[in-house]
Amino acid sequence: MIPPKGAIDCDIHTSIPNLEALLPYLEEHWREIVLLRGMDELNSISFPLKAADAARADWRPLSGKPAASLAQIQSEALDPFDTAIAICSSLYGIQLLHSEDLAAAFARAVNDWMVATLLSRDTRLRGTIVIPTQNPDMAVDEIERCARNPAFVQVLMLAGADTPLGKRHCWPIYKACERHNLVLGIHAGNTYRNPPTAAGWPSFYIEDSVAQAQSFQTQLTSLICEGVFSRYPALKVVMLESGFTWVPTHMWRLTKYWRGLRMEIPWVDRSPDEILRDNIRFSLQPVDTPPNAADLERIFEHLQSDRLILFSTDYPHARFDGTDAMPDGLSPSLMQRIAIDNPRETYARLTETVA
Amino acid sequence: MNVEVRQPAAAGPAQTNPAQSRMAIADCDIHHSPKSFNLIHKYLAKRWCDHIDTYGFRARQGNASGPQYPKGQPDASRRDAWPPTGGRPGSDLDFMRSHLLDSCGIELGILNMIRPHPGGFANIELSIAVARALNEWQIAEWTQPEPRLKASLVVPYEDPIAAAAEIDHWAGHPDVVQVLLLSRTQQPLGMQRYWPIYEAAVRAGLPVGVHAFGNGGQPVTSTGWPSFYIEDMIGHSQSCQSMLTSFVMEGVFERFPTLKLVLIESGFAWLPSLAWRMDRTYKALRSEVPHLKRLPSEYIREHVWLTTQPMEEPEPREHLRDIIEWIGWDRLLFATDYPHWDYDDPARALGLKVSPQERQAFFIDNAAALYHRS
Repeated sequence: MIPPKGAIDCDIHTSIPNLEALLPYLEEHWREIVLLRGMDELNSISFPLKAADAARADWRPLSGKPAASLAQIQSEALDPFDTAIAICSSLYGIQLLHSEDLAAAFARAVNDWMVATLLSRDTRLRGTIVIPTQNPDMAVDEIERCARNPAFVQVLMLAGADTPLGKRHCWPIYKACERHNLVLGIHAGNTYRNPPTAAGWPSFYIEDSVAQAQSFQTQLTSLICEGVFSRYPALKVVMLESGFTWVPTHMWRLTKYWRGLRMEIPWVDRSPDEILRDNIRFSLQPVDTPPNAADLERIFEHLQSDRLILFSTDYPHARFDGTDAMPDGLSPSLMQRIAIDNPRETYARLTETVA
Repeated sequence: MNVEVRQPAAAGPAQTNPAQSRMAIADCDIHHSPKSFNLIHKYLAKRWCDHIDTYGFRARQGNASGPQYPKGQPDASRRDAWPPTGGRPGSDLDFMRSHLLDSCGIELGILNMIRPHPGGFANIELSIAVARALNEWQIAEWTQPEPRLKASLVVPYEDPIAAAAEIDHWAGHPDVVQVLLLSRTQQPLGMQRYWPIYEAAVRAGLPVGVHAFGNGGQPVTSTGWPSFYIEDMIGHSQSCQSMLTSFVMEGVFERFPTLKLVLIESGFAWLPSLAWRMDRTYKALRSEVPHLKRLPSEYIREHVWLTTQPMEEPEPREHLRDIIEWIGWDRLLFATDYPHWDYDDPARALGLKVSPQERQAFFIDNAAALYHRS
């Protein structure tokens, strides 16, 4: 189904056209390093560029990458959907680098590229701050630098991370997010510090792709069990490209074990289910849709809330045809909540005026 | 669990206590163990007894004894499961008879040896020797004296050729009803290097059960080591999802069309959503896995069974009915996980109003058909 007009699209992507495009945004030392060392493009195996789901056929340009320019994004992701606001992120493989310094330099470059190329040129666009997740102190510095621009509304981390994201060494990042009303956006992707599944390195990309949902489940467990929301109660986390039909059953299991083992994590002083309702949201696409549309209604019944899902097209990834970004089986009032009310209630900085 | 868990009114014991009505129960996950590992020595060559005394098991974890995450209870067990004669919970057959089998009306009990399961020992020769010893021990000391109990074969699964030989050795034994692997392996279990195990299981007509736990030598989550036991426990459902994805995507069920896979103690409510995700992803990426001929969900519907403990417990409990109907009432196998702390009591576990046929399938018929004990 077609989303309501004026929707807020919480997950679209832009491609960095190539490494060269970032050179003007790198400090001189790093620009020299890139050229001197002949660095490769920072493309991640999480998103093989030619895989069928990486971009819709009608969103693949004759040359170059999909979603790599303002004109592409405007004519493909914004205008056809009558989108009011779209929150954009770059999945360039900066979090995969092993050098903290190099990662920090590239994070600055990507963020500045995004401002210059997209955010300052269309007031419908909002940005996601890329941070060097390799080093929380440097990550906080980058958040502080970018947070002055109201067009940034979110901070990006990957679902497959170096450690579970609830771990205490990550907390300075969450403190900075809370301080600036920035959403913590956890996106599908992986730093590949660990095998991308808990069962080990799989043979196929398709397994890695399916396993992204298990990484999100693990992060949800970690964030709650470590007490992130007990310490930062105003922090909002949005899981992007996570799927959401797994959420009810995961919460049943998490809540059951919390009842049995809460003595281990006494700072979690209310039900994980309550914490989820207050602090965690999920983007719509891609939907792991049941074969019968009516069964998707059962999933919303199991969620016991119409507040948890935020509209997204996942542009330019191939998730639906035409402008049918809403799955079948949703009522008009639920679509309204997903498309407009829920994103506005989640992204506090959307109320700020951008230049 | 050793906590009070709220029960919906519909689950009153008068309506659903199968023990009271003496409906026969199949318990598809019971954990036994020797009172002391020294009692296994008579089934082991002296060389290995000395080796274990000196070097231990070295099961791909840093701490020499105990689990990597301290459990929530001593020996992860029910407080009332410690045998009055001494020894670990689950180590006294007479006490297990009265405490579990008789009191719950269990007519078929599947023994799953995980304390220890030798499959993850880093020393392959040790893994092979201890697997044989434990199998001889459990047949001689558990299933022979107690016909209600049947054995799952522990096999040295990181050496699949040796594991297949162990299966061949026991094939046709009336007390052996399943091959048992653990879920945390060195590589995802669908990979071709493990296929000799499935080939031998099919040859012997045995289902392959994969029980949660084990040590593959890598982090227990896809995003690194978590801090807490609660994360370790919840994480079994994630690692099991990836393991099942591996079985499907590698084409194990295409290659072995009669293979039956039983997922033990990893939860079950996650299965429908995972199957939908696999189907969606397969439709986009099928060119990578041309050896698959059907939708992932179709392989799952035909080849996969799941034990029920630890039951997911939604409120309202009726939501569980949707999940079970999506999976199929014919694919769930009731299990208590005795003697562990998060034990599910057959009188209280399901908590749904069910038809006599559904109840019969859930508590006994599915297991009887799978393990050929009808």
